[in-house]
Amino acid sequence: MTLASTATDRRPQLSPHFMFRWEASQDAYILLYPEGLIKLNPSAGEILKRCDGQHTVAELIAELQDAFPGPADDIDQGVRAFLDVATDKGWLHAGELVKKS
Amino acid sequence: MPKDSNGLTLDGQGKPLWLSLELTYRCPLKCSWCNNPLDFDDYAARELTTDEWKRVLRESRELGALQLGFTGGEPLQRPDLEELVAYANALGFYTNLITSGIGLTEERLVALKAAGLKQIQLSLQATEAAVTDALVGATAHERKLDAARRIKAHGFPMVLNMPVFRQNIGMTDAMIAWAAELGIEYIEFANIQYYNWALMNRDELMPTLEQVREAEQVVQRWRNKLGKKMTIYFVIPDYYEGRPKACMNGWGAIHLTIAPDGVAMPCQEARVIPGLEFESVRDKPLAWLWHESPLFRKYRGLDWLPEPCVSCDEKEKDFGGCRCQAFLLTGDAGNTDPACGRSPHHARVREAVDTAARPLRFRKPLFKRAAGTVTTAFLED
Repeated sequence: MTLASTATDRRPQLSPHFMFRWEASQDAYILLYPEGLIKLNPSAGEILKRCDGQHTVAELIAELQDAFPGPADDIDQGVRAFLDVATDKGWLHAGELVKKS
Repeated sequence: MPKDSNGLTLDGQGKPLWLSLELTYRCPLKCSWCNNPLDFDDYAARELTTDEWKRVLRESRELGALQLGFTGGEPLQRPDLEELVAYANALGFYTNLITSGIGLTEERLVALKAAGLKQIQLSLQATEAAVTDALVGATAHERKLDAARRIKAHGFPMVLNMPVFRQNIGMTDAMIAWAAELGIEYIEFANIQYYNWALMNRDELMPTLEQVREAEQVVQRWRNKLGKKMTIYFVIPDYYEGRPKACMNGWGAIHLTIAPDGVAMPCQEARVIPGLEFESVRDKPLAWLWHESPLFRKYRGLDWLPEPCVSCDEKEKDFGGCRCQAFLLTGDAGNTDPACGRSPHHARVREAVDTAARPLRFRKPLFKRAAGTVTTAFLED
């Protein structure tokens, strides 16, 4: 069971006013935004890197399953859980639903 | 200053993540709660040049600084603000402008946007022109509202900052309603802290605990109503809580402030503490000032803590509170912050709160921030 925010056919995107980038001095991806900053753990960084409004949730999960070792189901569930949290925190917009042709 | 609820998850690892540049103490307003030094007028002739500020930006970025606030005084008084924003942006800073809105013309907004400015924090003191203008000592209200509308029109995220005191705390509800209509994303109710000008005016400015609680309830109602559309910061001031604030997240932990004359400080108020050695980026490399200087090492970490902090199980949460407040209220910056209920000096804070609640307390006019209002010569050793 997933929230609507991580429905497979949505294309999550970083909220406006959030800056996501690699920061060498932290050896990590970071998020910068009004009044705050967050250092992301490696998996969060890899997920957010793909939240570009282009990848659907299904596509970014498939990419991560290809790129990283570990049971595919675990990656699937881990990514969806993270997207729920990131959406709830306001880092991500769920993105438009893909039009069914 | 970062908020408790801002999701700050970096412990700093010894890096000055948060950089505040006080570009100037010059300001067209005369706010009675200003945290600038009482002798602010003496700094104008000593302000860093554009090239000196650029060197500060480079050196602090090398130290790992990420969040950057251009503040003052009124930073728009510096004609090189846009140049410095562009420079900082290119270095990878998240650039914030902290402004009264006075001087934020359309031309400057366009130039700041082009320079890559990320966010603007605008102060507004009241929802009625007569109240704002009286409080800041200038015809400012309409210009501030104009600034707010134009900031939104240019697509900047905006933090509306309302300094909160007895004279305006009743406008909390009206302020949020106005901000919600304009689509402002963040409001900070900055219960003022009592240093410098604000401390001089404390008896007149301090709201009662009842007023603070009422404002807090207003905020909670709006949070429930607006949900994620607006983030509302409202931190109960430490005078009322019996618990000290984790001031600056610890002395010399993640915050670095550079004063107009280049002096590097752990916080904007640190110069109220006598006997400390304040040194400028004009004379020393920033890395040395941050890592090695006696000033930054003085109260860094937990080893210097006095009792009752040493044996307190909350010392890693609040680091003993605020050094400046400890000095101003107890005479020794090395004491436990008297805002703490366990401080032997806590009665001094209780007295101030009790005075605020007294219905017939003596009323005197507010001192306005102005050159020559007070002499600070007696503060020198």
